[in-house]
Amino acid sequence: MSAPFLGAILSIEFWQYVAVTAGIYSIFALGLQLQFGFAGLLNFGHIGFMAIGSYTMAMLIVHASLPMWISAPIAIATAMLFGLIIGIPALRLRADYLAITTIAFSEIIRIFILNSVRWTGGPQGLLGFATEYTDFSRSAGRRLSSITHIGFDPDRVLLVLVWPTVLLLYLVLRKLTRSPWGRVLRAIREDEDAADALGKNPLAYKLQALAIGSAFAAIAGIFFSYQLLYLTPTEFEPLFTFFAWVIVLLGGTARLGGVPVGAVIFAVIFAGTRFLEFWPLSLLDDGDRAAVRLIVVGLILIGLMAFRPQGIFGKKEELLLDR
Amino acid sequence: MGPAMNEFVQLTVNGLVAGSIIAIGAVGLTLVYGILRIVNFAHGDYLTFGAYMAFVANVTWGLNAYAAAATAIVLTAALAVGLEFGLWRPMRRRGAGVTSLFLTSIGLALVLRNAVQFEWGTTPFRYRIDVFQSYDLGLFRISRNQITVVAAATVLIVGLGLFLARTRIGKAMRALADNVDLAAVSGIDTDRIVTWTWIVAGGLAGLAGMLLAVLQASLNPNSGFNALLPMFAAVVLGGVGSAYGALAGGIVIGLAMELSTLAVPFQYKEAVAFGVMILALLLRPQGLFGRARVV
Repeated sequence: MSAPFLGAILSIEFWQYVAVTAGIYSIFALGLQLQFGFAGLLNFGHIGFMAIGSYTMAMLIVHASLPMWISAPIAIATAMLFGLIIGIPALRLRADYLAITTIAFSEIIRIFILNSVRWTGGPQGLLGFATEYTDFSRSAGRRLSSITHIGFDPDRVLLVLVWPTVLLLYLVLRKLTRSPWGRVLRAIREDEDAADALGKNPLAYKLQALAIGSAFAAIAGIFFSYQLLYLTPTEFEPLFTFFAWVIVLLGGTARLGGVPVGAVIFAVIFAGTRFLEFWPLSLLDDGDRAAVRLIVVGLILIGLMAFRPQGIFGKKEELLLDR
Repeated sequence: MGPAMNEFVQLTVNGLVAGSIIAIGAVGLTLVYGILRIVNFAHGDYLTFGAYMAFVANVTWGLNAYAAAATAIVLTAALAVGLEFGLWRPMRRRGAGVTSLFLTSIGLALVLRNAVQFEWGTTPFRYRIDVFQSYDLGLFRISRNQITVVAAATVLIVGLGLFLARTRIGKAMRALADNVDLAAVSGIDTDRIVTWTWIVAGGLAGLAGMLLAVLQASLNPNSGFNALLPMFAAVVLGGVGSAYGALAGGIVIGLAMELSTLAVPFQYKEAVAFGVMILALLLRPQGLFGRARVV
């Protein structure tokens, strides 16, 4: 994987990989943006819903031999259902308790995936769900090549699938958050009792936001599955949820457009430090780099909270962190 | 006595041992949560830090277990106090709220854990303490490391109870955890008590980290973080801010995790702990022993 000096910076393959990763992060973090930025929900178990999306789809393909086009929507619906199941009791809780509940929920999901070896492959991982996708990707690549006269490898095909999806989902969220529904959601975020007094049921709105956000996590999980082509429980640790938080906070709370920007910055930092080979990175081996990368992510998070809690594009007036 | 009874007694012993460590770690977590409103996600990594400091003392410097424990306690307390002055106090001065502090602690957790990983790598380490000898007491077996943990925990829990109940600082801490404003107007020097809170929280975290590594006979950069959610479970069960509650909650969680293996495969025991915590939050958010008004 390691590229020669400067080679990686110039290599298209490297930037394709970064771009696909950024796209998947964008979809994942857009869901969190709706939940936190617009509904004020402290969801720290976002990765759990992504895991449900990835594994439900993969298991339906492997064990029930369902086609990808049927498994994927079922996977998204399952994640939404889990959002409702966890949300109905948990959304009544105080914000910090919701955070602890959701992270515990995501860990329970991961522990089940890790140990239900018969269905999920456990720590060995789950393989064999991607045949239909790789066939599709290959023929789509050929068709695209014949139209554009440039080569389309699997990453490049994924790229033209992921980013239009990001754009579509962004537009959907923009529409939603500017609709009366979105205004009620913000009203609830600002003053739940006032919204309640106006006859809006806060729990119902928060549940809807949680479920829609969960669907986004599942969609990200589906793309993630096809980027990796196999699934292991280690990909679904709580750390990934924190990445989504860093992305949302980088771009700015309640700023939808900030999400893809935050995701690109994050992916460049994250993937960049993995593959680039110039000083001072060249002094570090893979293990050290993994550590340095996460130290940097941690420092970004601390720095944002200390100096720019509204993020790059956020408005101070709509800062939800410190009420 | 049948084998089922034997297994029950053995699991109870194991649960008490594991629970003691969770309890010791959870006290600091709950005090900081109650007094400073910091949901400290870095607390698990304070444990990790302590465990590695004990490793340095024990293996690199060749000190015995007691000196290593003292080193872990002192250095982790120093880390906690240093972070109070370098990070938390400035953040509070900037008016950071609960969510900002929560997210800051996640960043801090990443920094601490990966600094440890950067320095010592991911290979698990072991102390130079003989931990494998075990004694058959008829009713159950107990290993030397388990005895060490139980002995240390008993001394600590009694000492901590006395400290919180009898000393001025201990009483002030509980007053602060109960109601910061009320404590401040009654003339308690909050800044000084906050520093003491971090000393207690850090010192206990350092010791809990070392004990955890002794019990598991290995330490790695994730050891402490893996103990974080069980500690939160203890905090929630005991009621946020209640030190005695956290001690009791830790024991309950330890027992629940071990005894659940009678009914479900042992790999799920952490899931059981988290399930207990979620149920506790939903049914009794004030904690098992708390009063409803605290919530």
